Amino acid sequence: MERRASFRHWWIGIAFAVPQIVLIFTFFYWPAGQAVYWSMTLQQPWGGGNIWVGFDNFRQIFADALYWNSVALSTVFALFSTVLSMGLALMLAVFVDRELTGSKIYRVVMIWPYGIAAPALALAFRFIMAPEAGFLSFVNRLWPGLWDPGLDGTDAMISVIVAFSWKYVGYDFVFFLSALQGIPKALKEAAALDGAGWLRRLWDVQLPLLTPTVFFLLVIDITESFQDSFGIVDIMTSGGPARATELMVYKIYFDGFKGLDYSGAAAQSIILMGLIVALTVLQFRFIERRVHYK
Amino acid sequence: MADISLRKVAKSYGKTSVVEALDLDIHSGEFIVVLGPSGCGKSTLLRMIAGLEEISGGEIAIEDRVVDRLEPRERGCAMVFQNYALYPHMTVADNIGYSLKVAGVPKAERRARIEKVAATLALDTLLDRRPAQLSGGQRQRVAMGRAMIREPKVFLFDEPLSNLDAKLRVQMRIEIRKLHNRLAATSIFVTHDQVEAMTLADRIVVMNAGKVEQVGTPLDLWNRPASRFVAGFVGSPPMNLVEATIAADGAGVLADGTRIDLPEHRLARDAAVIVGVRAEDVRIGPAVNDPRLVLGVEFIERLGSASLVHGRLAGADFVVTAPPALAEGAPEGLALTLPVDRLHLFDAVDGRRIETDASSVEALPIAFETVAAPAL
Ligand SMILES: Nc1ncnc2c1ncn2[C@@H]1O[C@H](COP(=O)(O)OP(=O)(O)OP(=O)(O)O)[C@@H](O)[C@H]1O
Ligand SMILES: [Mg+2]
Repeated sequence: MERRASFRHWWIGIAFAVPQIVLIFTFFYWPAGQAVYWSMTLQQPWGGGNIWVGFDNFRQIFADALYWNSVALSTVFALFSTVLSMGLALMLAVFVDRELTGSKIYRVVMIWPYGIAAPALALAFRFIMAPEAGFLSFVNRLWPGLWDPGLDGTDAMISVIVAFSWKYVGYDFVFFLSALQGIPKALKEAAALDGAGWLRRLWDVQLPLLTPTVFFLLVIDITESFQDSFGIVDIMTSGGPARATELMVYKIYFDGFKGLDYSGAAAQSIILMGLIVALTVLQFRFIERRVHYK
Repeated sequence: MADISLRKVAKSYGKTSVVEALDLDIHSGEFIVVLGPSGCGKSTLLRMIAGLEEISGGEIAIEDRVVDRLEPRERGCAMVFQNYALYPHMTVADNIGYSLKVAGVPKAERRARIEKVAATLALDTLLDRRPAQLSGGQRQRVAMGRAMIREPKVFLFDEPLSNLDAKLRVQMRIEIRKLHNRLAATSIFVTHDQVEAMTLADRIVVMNAGKVEQVGTPLDLWNRPASRFVAGFVGSPPMNLVEATIAADGAGVLADGTRIDLPEHRLARDAAVIVGVRAEDVRIGPAVNDPRLVLGVEFIERLGSASLVHGRLAGADFVVTAPPALAEGAPEGLALTLPVDRLHLFDAVDGRRIETDASSVEALPIAFETVAAPAL
């Protein structure tokens, strides 16, 4: 059956596509083009047009120790939050797959955090992580000064990592659970008859069959950690203390809107965009070459 | 090798009962085939023995040890699954050797045993492949190898041949039986294919709707089906079943009023019975004293060695085996004789077999002449 619609005039089809093209152009290509343009130019302090400077902005950024600091922080953030959220999600998915008590509730509740906007979530975690109230105040009473994300950079980093992971646990969980439930039951039964206990079955049979999902989530989580972390950092730490949580995406915002260095910020966002494009390409290659087990 | 005994084993999912109070004794080294229509609970029975399904009542013992509470791995059963359930990410060698790996058998010994099993199954050249790179028959053999390598006391097969094409199925059937003769482990083989059952089994368990209809050797089932269900399920074509009532003189009266002679019985007048007769036991041609039994021919199936004449007799579907010559220019009506000593009677209400004088038809003596095999 012919699935394509055919039109009498060539322009009708194009007319249908126009709204979409306009949207994509206005909100994606145009700003992206602007960013490229800005990254190659320098804004006059008092207005009056841009001066073409080529790759000078990039050279400056790459020579800047503070920029490399944010790259390192972003890497740490990406690694820990990805491992934490994927690890927890996998554990919970395994429990739910084994239909342990409470699994029905998990299944529903787990996806909710993903639906919460980052700033709202960050606000909640600001209270949870506050050193002067709640659970952590007891910790601080026992070991005074142990926990203070307002002063200690490591504590601040832990806080944003936990908050971000909390959001992505639910997302990863849904993928892990559906992958686990896609594994034929007979495989587990065969392994049980072969003498493997549940942990051994998990390790030898289920986890290897999850590799495609693990790769997929790894790329998604890292990509998201580069972008979606902004709201959390902005509300919880504002990049502080002493730039300890100044991730790449936050530095772009800070340099651009607080430091009013549009050109530098634009160059940074071009770099981040390149990074994310590279990750996306990687992901597509993995998805295409994903091993399909029958 | 192990005896297996099932005592009042039952299984229900919520309120739906799938297997009801099933009793069965399986002797050590026996090849048992569980035969029944789809959904009758065969797989469930097998899985209960393997320990993959909890039982809702009764008791299962393997080698006099009650195993109801034991994990699958503690029961010593190996199973071949219908869709083989091979580990897709492991090579053939790893699939076969997985149970040894779990048991902590050293690598060198494992390799040796894998190779030995692979050689018996003609898999030696495929050891490094993955299941996805194998044909259906090869996968089936890997599944067999995985079961064999553990040298289990009990082999369980859940319709292992149903995914193969007809030719391969016959071939693997023979392989499985040969293997059984060599290993002599107790085997339970589930199928809904009665030819498979007849050719493989020492004894067949016929199941219907969660109950055992009959347990017996293939010839038992053939010669003395215990119920109307067994009669209609075993044999190809299945046994003809015609309703009749008993006349005052003990003869049977068919729905259209035709009288037929029945074997000696003790049934009351007007009792409703089902008369069963196999297609190949029906004689073509009128009886000397009873020319009224006529089959209304509908169509003819030509098998080459014989032809099956399908038609209707006294309102019931009826099949007769005829010599191939009859196939051409078949008449519209075919006069038949039902040999009295080849008739089976079943109760029309509960379908159970009614014992008659002719009930021991298998006792026909066949004289064998023992001849020395020719020298090759
Ligand atoms: N988990 C379950 N919950 C409810 N009913 C079930 C469940 N598993 C099986 N049944 C029912 O139990 C009955 C027997 O199932 P079983 O798989 O043993 O049939 P079977 O004889 O192996 O059939 P087949 O030849 O099609 O494989 C079926 O009617 C099926 O619907
Ligand atoms: Mg089944």
